[in-house]
Amino acid sequence: MGRYVLRRLLQLIPVFLGTTFLIYWLVWSLPGDPFAGKCGERPCPDAYISLMREKFHLDEPVIVQYLRYLGNLFQGDFGETFRGSSVGDLIAIAYPNTIRLALVALVIEAIIGLAAGIMTGLRGRGFLDNVVLISTLFLISLPVFVTGFVLQIVLGFELGWIKTTVSKSPAPWDELIAPGFVLGSLSMAYVARLTRTSIAENKRADFVRTAVAKGQPQSRVVGVHLLRNSAIPVLTFLGTDLGALMGGAIVTEGIFDIKGIGNLVYDGIIGKDGLVVTGVVTLLVVVYLMSNLLVDLLYAVLDPRIRYD
Amino acid sequence: MRKPRWIAASSMSLALALTIAGCGGGSSDDSGAAANADGALSIFGTEPENPLIPGTTTEAGGSKVIKAMWTGLTSYDPVTSESKNAMAESIDTDDSKVYKIKIKQGWKFHDGTEVKAKNYVDAWNFTAYSPNGQQAASFFEQVEGYQDVNTADPDGPDGPQQAPEPAAKTMSGLKVIDDYNFEVTLAEPFSVFQEKFGYNPFFPLPDSFFTDQAAFEKNPIGNGPFKFVSRQPNTNIVLVRNDDYTGPDKPKFKDLTIRMFEGAEAGYAAVNSNELDFLDTVPPSSLAGAAYQSDFPDRNGSTPYMGNQTLAFPLYQPQYQNVDLRKAISLAINRQEISEKIFEGTRLPADGWVNPAVPGYVKGQCGDLCEYNPERAKEFLAKSGFTGAITLSTNADGGHKEWMTAVCNSVKNALGIECTYEPIPTFGETRQKISNQQMNAISRAGWIADYPSIENFLNPLYRSNASSNDSTYSNPAFDALLARADAAPSVDEADKLYQEAERMLAVDMPVIPLWNQTAQYVWSERLGNVRMGSDRELDLSTVTVNG
Repeated sequence: MGRYVLRRLLQLIPVFLGTTFLIYWLVWSLPGDPFAGKCGERPCPDAYISLMREKFHLDEPVIVQYLRYLGNLFQGDFGETFRGSSVGDLIAIAYPNTIRLALVALVIEAIIGLAAGIMTGLRGRGFLDNVVLISTLFLISLPVFVTGFVLQIVLGFELGWIKTTVSKSPAPWDELIAPGFVLGSLSMAYVARLTRTSIAENKRADFVRTAVAKGQPQSRVVGVHLLRNSAIPVLTFLGTDLGALMGGAIVTEGIFDIKGIGNLVYDGIIGKDGLVVTGVVTLLVVVYLMSNLLVDLLYAVLDPRIRYD
Repeated sequence: MRKPRWIAASSMSLALALTIAGCGGGSSDDSGAAANADGALSIFGTEPENPLIPGTTTEAGGSKVIKAMWTGLTSYDPVTSESKNAMAESIDTDDSKVYKIKIKQGWKFHDGTEVKAKNYVDAWNFTAYSPNGQQAASFFEQVEGYQDVNTADPDGPDGPQQAPEPAAKTMSGLKVIDDYNFEVTLAEPFSVFQEKFGYNPFFPLPDSFFTDQAAFEKNPIGNGPFKFVSRQPNTNIVLVRNDDYTGPDKPKFKDLTIRMFEGAEAGYAAVNSNELDFLDTVPPSSLAGAAYQSDFPDRNGSTPYMGNQTLAFPLYQPQYQNVDLRKAISLAINRQEISEKIFEGTRLPADGWVNPAVPGYVKGQCGDLCEYNPERAKEFLAKSGFTGAITLSTNADGGHKEWMTAVCNSVKNALGIECTYEPIPTFGETRQKISNQQMNAISRAGWIADYPSIENFLNPLYRSNASSNDSTYSNPAFDALLARADAAPSVDEADKLYQEAERMLAVDMPVIPLWNQTAQYVWSERLGNVRMGSDRELDLSTVTVNG
C-alpha cells in the first residue's frame, strides 16, 4: 500500500512538469501582443512596452522564461500579473471561493443524486423511477447557463429568496446554495442514473443472492453488500467530477459573480497573462491528480478484492 | 418558461421612464428618506490595467479610482465640460507659450504633507521621463525640453536596439518659482494646453512617491476628495472621504467602494437586488427593448458622453485612396435607422468629427456627406469608377457585429456593391494590425476624449503621424491649419481654427463619422441626486445616499 502511494506520488512529477510546460507554451504562443490593448484605444508608447517586456522577460526564449518561472514557483512565488498584482494573492483570494462552490455542488449532487439513485434502483420500475428518469433527462439536456439564469431570475428577482449575486469574497456558504445547485445539477443527474443502474445490476449479483440465502437481514444485505459494491463507479465519477467542478465553473461563477478561479483563468487567457493561467492550471492539475489518487485508494476500502502492491 | 415580471414591461412605467430619460436623466429620488452624510456607496468598476499611478493610467478602470483620489489644477464641469480652476489659484499666459501657475495654499496630500509647486513639477518630470515607461508621457510633448527626457526607440520595441539614455532627467520648460508658483514653458505655443490640466497625468504626486514607489503602489496617496483604504484584486477597491479636503465639491457621503464584477450582467443583477448602488454600463441584453427603463423606473438615466465612433479607411491600401469612393460609402450609411434599430436610439448620428459634448463643437461640420442619400452615393460611386467589394472589420470581442453588419447592408443596398464584415478575434490583435499598417479592410475606430476640447478630437487622430491616426491620413494643409490653431493666443481663437480644420476633413473624408455615444446607467433605491458627467463617471460631489 505504502509503495503504491509512493509510486503514484512520484508519477505526479513528470505529469506536473509536462502540463505546466504545455500550458506555459500554449499561452505564450497565443496570437496578439499582451500590451496592445492595455492603453485604451491608443497604441501604447514604445517606452512602456519596452519596460514591461523587460520587467516580465518577454524577450527571452520561451524555455528560459519557463525555467525562470519554475524556479520562482519552487520558492513559492507565483509571479506577478501584467496589471501588477501578485498571482499568489489572486489565487489565495479566488481559490477559497471555488473550493466552497465545488464542495457545495458536490454535497448537493451526492446527497440528491445518491438518494434518487438508491431509491429508484431498489424499487425498480414504477412512478418514482419515471419521475427521476424524466427529471434527470431534463437536467442533462439543459446547458448550465440556462439553469443558472432561470434560477437567478425566478428565485432572485421574482421571489427574492436568494441574492442575485454573491455579495462578498470569501463567499458566504448560504449564498452558494443556488450556484452550487446550478453547478452540480448536471453531475447530479449523472450520479442518480449511475447509482440506479449500478444497484439494479448488483441486485441480481451472486453475492447478493448468497447474502439473502444466508438469511441476513435486509438492511445488512443492502447497506453492506449491495451499496458498497455499487458505489465504485459512482465514486470514480464523483472523484473526477471534483476536479471538473473546480475548473469548469466559469459560467456559474460569471452568472452569480463569484470571484473564483474559473474567471481568473478566463481573464488570464483573454489578457494573455500567462503566469495567471499557468499558476491556476498547475494547482488544478495537482488537485485533479490528488483526487484521483484518493479515489483509487478508496476502491480498496470498498472492495476487499482490490489490493495494491 | 414564463416571462419574468422584471422583464415584462408595463406600458405605463415605460412611458414614465421615457419621459424622465427625456428630461436629461439624473432625476433625483426624494422619497422622503434623509440623505445620510456618513452613508456608504458602491459603484461598478473594472480592474485597473496598471498600478494606481496617475501618469500611467489612461484606461477607464483605473481612471475611475484616480479621478476620485486626486484633484488637479483644474477640473471639468460635469455638465458643460468647461475647464475651471480647482487647485490652481490662477493660470496666466500672454502668448500660449509661457504659463504662470499659482496654486492654492493649505492643500494637503492624504499623508498630511502639503501640496507644493514642486509636487506638480516632479510628477510631470517623472511621467515624461521615458525610462519610467509611463503611458501618458506624450501629454507633455509640447513642453520645452521634452525631447531631452523622452527618447524614442530607433527600431521600435520589437527591434534589437535599445532607446538611448535621455540626456536630461527633467524638462527645461518646467520651473519652480517658490512653494506655490511654477512656470511652464512650451517649445511652441499651444493654445489649449491648459485644457489638459484636469486630466490624470497632470495630477501632483507626494514626496513619498519618489522615495518608495512600491509602497506607493500598494497604498496610493492623492490630494483629492477620497483617500485609499484597501484593495483586493479582482474584487474591490475601498476609498473613504477625505475629511481634510479643502477643495470644492465635497462629497455628501462617506465610504466609496468600487466593486469589480464578472461583467455588466452580474452588475445589473446586483443593482436590482440593491447589492450595488450604481452601474454605469447597462448590458446590451437590458438595453434591448429599453428593458432597463422598466426594470428601474425613476432610477435610470441616459447621458451623452465625449465619445464617438467612426470608420477609418486604411489609406495605405490602393483601393481606398479614391476620395469619391469614401464619400459614396459615407452617403450610403443610414445612421439614423441603424441607431434606432440596432442601438435602441442610444447613439446620436454624427454630423462631424467632433463630439457635441466638448467645448469647441459646432453643428453640421460634415455637411450633407453624413446624411443618408443613396442617389448621391451612387453618383459618387460612378465618379470613382470603383468596382469590386469592400470589407469592414473590427474586433469580435467587443459586441460590434450587429451594427457592423447593418452598416454593411446599408452600403450594399444603397450602392449595389458587395460588402462583407470580417471580424478579428481580439481587440489586441486588431490594434496590432492597425499599428503595423496591415489592415486591409475599413475598420472601426472609437475615441473617448481624454480632456474636453475640440483639439482632442483632431490632433491625436488626423494630424500626420499622430498617435491614433488609424487611417494614416496626411494632409500638409490640414497639418498647417492645426499648427496655427495650436499657436493661437487664446482658446476661442484656437477653437475657430480647429473648426476650420475639421471642415477640411469633409473634403478628404479619411474617416467616416458614424455616431456619438450615450451612456445608460441605473442605480439602487438608496441613491438620490444621481448625475453622470460627460466624462462618463458618476458625479461624486452631488450624489446622496439615503439610510
